[in-house]
Amino acid sequence: MNKHIRMKRPQTNPFLCVLLALFAVAPSLSAQRIKGSDTVLPLTQEAGEAFLKIHPRASLTVTGGGSGVGLSALVEGVTDIAMASRKIKFGEQMKLKRAGQEVKEVIVAYDALAVIVNPGNPVSRLTRAQLEAIFRGKITNWKQVGGEDRKIVVYSRETSSGTYEFFKESVLGNKNYMSSILSMPATGAIIQSVRQTPGAIGYVGLAYLNPHVKALSVAYEGGGFYAPTVTNSMNGKYPIVRPLYYYYNVKDEALVRPFIDYLLSPAGQKLVRDGGFVPLK
Amino acid sequence: MNLKQFCEVAMRRILTVSGFTTSIVILLIITFLFAEAAGLFRNKVVEEGYTLAVNRENPVENLSAEQIKLIFDEEITNWKQIGGIDCPIATFRLEQLTELYTEEELGENYERAGDCIAEQVEGQRGMIAFVPTDLVKDQEGIRLLEERNIKAGDVLLGDEWFPTATPSPLFGILPLVSGTLWVTFFAILIALPFGLAVAIYLSEVADERIRQVLKPVIELLNGIPSVVLGFFGLAVVVPFLQQTFDLPVGETGLAGSLILALMALPTIITVGEDAMRSCPVTMREASLALGASRWQTIYKVVVPYSISGITSGVVLGIGRAVGETMAVLMVTGNAAVMPHSILEPLRTIPATIAAELGEAPAGGAHYQSLFLLGVILFFITFFINLCVEYISSRNKR
Repeated sequence: MNKHIRMKRPQTNPFLCVLLALFAVAPSLSAQRIKGSDTVLPLTQEAGEAFLKIHPRASLTVTGGGSGVGLSALVEGVTDIAMASRKIKFGEQMKLKRAGQEVKEVIVAYDALAVIVNPGNPVSRLTRAQLEAIFRGKITNWKQVGGEDRKIVVYSRETSSGTYEFFKESVLGNKNYMSSILSMPATGAIIQSVRQTPGAIGYVGLAYLNPHVKALSVAYEGGGFYAPTVTNSMNGKYPIVRPLYYYYNVKDEALVRPFIDYLLSPAGQKLVRDGGFVPLK
Repeated sequence: MNLKQFCEVAMRRILTVSGFTTSIVILLIITFLFAEAAGLFRNKVVEEGYTLAVNRENPVENLSAEQIKLIFDEEITNWKQIGGIDCPIATFRLEQLTELYTEEELGENYERAGDCIAEQVEGQRGMIAFVPTDLVKDQEGIRLLEERNIKAGDVLLGDEWFPTATPSPLFGILPLVSGTLWVTFFAILIALPFGLAVAIYLSEVADERIRQVLKPVIELLNGIPSVVLGFFGLAVVVPFLQQTFDLPVGETGLAGSLILALMALPTIITVGEDAMRSCPVTMREASLALGASRWQTIYKVVVPYSISGITSGVVLGIGRAVGETMAVLMVTGNAAVMPHSILEPLRTIPATIAAELGEAPAGGAHYQSLFLLGVILFFITFFINLCVEYISSRNKR
């Protein structure tokens, strides 16, 4: 809108016209809109601020709303980069293909989920099958997985959270959680509850781990037990890891590439690590 | 007409207009609420734009939302369990397509995706596929299950709340309604005796100096933001309950009731005390002159005289508590199950709306189901307000 007005008005004055047109065009070269996952949002904001310090003429608009919101905005062309905490869905890809658009996918970081229990709990490792049974209500007592005779209290995030969906997909094989699961509005509430409930189990992002809760080692089918650490997540040994993506339209490559390259550079990846995510290398 | 008269007329007009506008806006809001909520029952059981496809030889005509969930959760594993043929069930989701076929087989713009799905479903007698309707509606070898609308009975009497389950979400609101009622009921049970006792103490027993200190302190309670009370509940009340009752988990309905009672107390006390203080001195003096003791005067004269005020206070306090969101969201554990005891986690209506509305796609079934919850909550508070009206009108003589 703004651009339009600037271009029109100076028609009375050719010199001003050229000058203003320059101004109008210059920012559009580096003005980019980024929208999507709330998980990736803090990382993008952090990187955006650092990027703007190096490129003061560039302009970034970063907004959240969820992975689905970001990707549908990309289809409609109201964002230049879509942030997503999951891979683009088949259905979304079909929409893009129908609209004749080609998008490129970039993995910018990884996010690992840690399964946590109360520090007083002697159990320190579980298999994926055991986790699935616990979160689906098939195993209800810690002694069934080698712990004390104590009822298992299962904490989960609210249904609106991307973390909820990822855990369901990765650990529960897309089956539903049991209905009596305790759902907490925020990661902080899960930590607080697990810390004060002896029989508790829950899941949080790697960045939120603290000494008040105990993180479990997890083994998927056919793999060994690995603790949730940045190193184990980077070398692919720890299984509950999801990539965080940027999607952009191929025709916008020139516009968005500088920022993405910055995030992938060592300086950008340091921000990833500082933000509690797992860097690419 | 002089200026004064003109001003008066204008003023009257303005007042009339503002009165009508407010009423109309309120009615519009309610209509909107109802319209959105009613939309829920026009949705199909299966997610919009998707359908369930089965093999031609499979005789099953239609499935309920409950059955679909159990099938995709692998709880039902054979068609004969739901009255079909004796054949194990295999489930298929669209996402599996990219694992089974290469990009080339699917076609550049996925124009052959429908054929690939059909090939899968045709190949296995027990397969049920959850796929977009567009892809498979023209396929020959497969049969689409009949699509049913969400039934009011399944929602109002259903006891499973799985609003984001795929392929078919479950919107049973019974656990949420009963959770709300349980928490509210126990909040009244706790707040009423305490509130009444404090109100009597402040208006009848305490001397003026103590009253002037206590009253602001109690009103201060009204000023605490509910989210702060919620955090207090999570950090203090929850562990306390867990240890006291030796529970596996401290986030229980009782924790919610305690916090709500705490929030309802200032209203009950303030309104109740005002009502008692408005009891005329002549009545008290008459009672005392007849030889009644001070306590007898309180419970035979003052409390009966001001009972309508006290009840209004209680109901107003509870009305505030019913709609309370944040504090309850943090301490009740939010498990959508039918509560059997107040010492179990439960989920209330306001907490559900607050936690889920953010991510529910506008206009979808989940979104509309939250509006339906809003309507139910509206009826609960409406009923409470009717009680206030009735009680205060009954005693106004």
